[in-house]
Amino acid sequence: MSKANLLDRRQVVSALLANRKDVVAIGGLGASTNDITAVGDHARNFYLWGGMGGAAMIGLGLALAQPKLPVLVITGDGEMLMGMGSLATIALQKPSNLSIVVLDNEAYGETGGQTSHTSAAADLVGIAKACGIADSRAISTLAEVEAFAKAVHDLAAGPRFANVKIDSASVERILPSRDGTYIVNRIRGDLGFQPI
Amino acid sequence: MHARADASDTAPSWPDDVFATLQRFDVRQVPYVPDAGHSKLIQRVLGSSTMRGIPLTTEEEGVALLAGAWTGGQRGVLLMQSSGVGNCINMLSLIPILRFPFLTLVTMRGEWGEFNPWQVPMGSTTQGVLELSGVKALRASHAAEVPAVLEAAAAQAYNALTPTAVLLSQRLIGAKVFTK
Repeated sequence: MSKANLLDRRQVVSALLANRKDVVAIGGLGASTNDITAVGDHARNFYLWGGMGGAAMIGLGLALAQPKLPVLVITGDGEMLMGMGSLATIALQKPSNLSIVVLDNEAYGETGGQTSHTSAAADLVGIAKACGIADSRAISTLAEVEAFAKAVHDLAAGPRFANVKIDSASVERILPSRDGTYIVNRIRGDLGFQPI
Repeated sequence: MHARADASDTAPSWPDDVFATLQRFDVRQVPYVPDAGHSKLIQRVLGSSTMRGIPLTTEEEGVALLAGAWTGGQRGVLLMQSSGVGNCINMLSLIPILRFPFLTLVTMRGEWGEFNPWQVPMGSTTQGVLELSGVKALRASHAAEVPAVLEAAAAQAYNALTPTAVLLSQRLIGAKVFTK
């Protein structure tokens, strides 16, 4: 279903990663991981095909281990709802290099488009803010997405959270590698770590 | 949270052995959900300049955190109680898929003189759940064996990428007592 004035998910993710420099990007299970693939495969892309609810915590572990690198989690509303407690965990640690973007289509797009809690009740920006992530934004324009993409590179001012309302229309599936060990070791190699 | 009734009035020293081993293996991130049996170790971690204690809202967060930590070049260890193992099940699938070093220290409930029946079902299945999920379980029941068990667990987890849980038995920690 398509609504007027909602952002296109591919345009949003493209704007987030357009000038990514040294960003490590984590795509949550579902369409988000395909969205970061659509922008172009990259040695610093972490594609999730499982572990629903874990994307933000993978981001926290990476951000704490690499405080000089911007870490950007891009996930969906359903995935974020499943790991909602991690917003409280992240707020407590205050990783200033971590940014989280939720692509909120108010639905479980991968399983038939069933409506999610954000369609009628849950406000993820309010939740993130109440957990203690002071910079929590509701985004509805591409200009706001572009401003957020710039802020991702400010390693002193995070953590930051953004919920972007997007069109729930299905887009072409562009699938990344499903080999988790390859994905992790490729990022590790790019960061300069040797195999064990 | 209630403190466990200790057999003696003196605090046990095995948590210091555990801390020393973790330090030697260059463990940096220590996610945890508190348990009385882990309280001394958590204190040591929070007072450490090299380790970061990370309180979680639920244990599965810790599994995902350790995957991210390893991707960023750091080792970690997850501290939890046996009931938390059940909370982790689906997230444990990240371990064989992403192949990162996984070590968890699990304080056991639901065994050895347990007074609370609600702890027994999960405590009884903790080891089975871990093993079915591909995590080897090593058990320590006496303070004297803790250093050797920890050393073996850390070595196989970090050097051989063998997912490993150390079950710190209720016999070691002391059963909670609220009733006669």
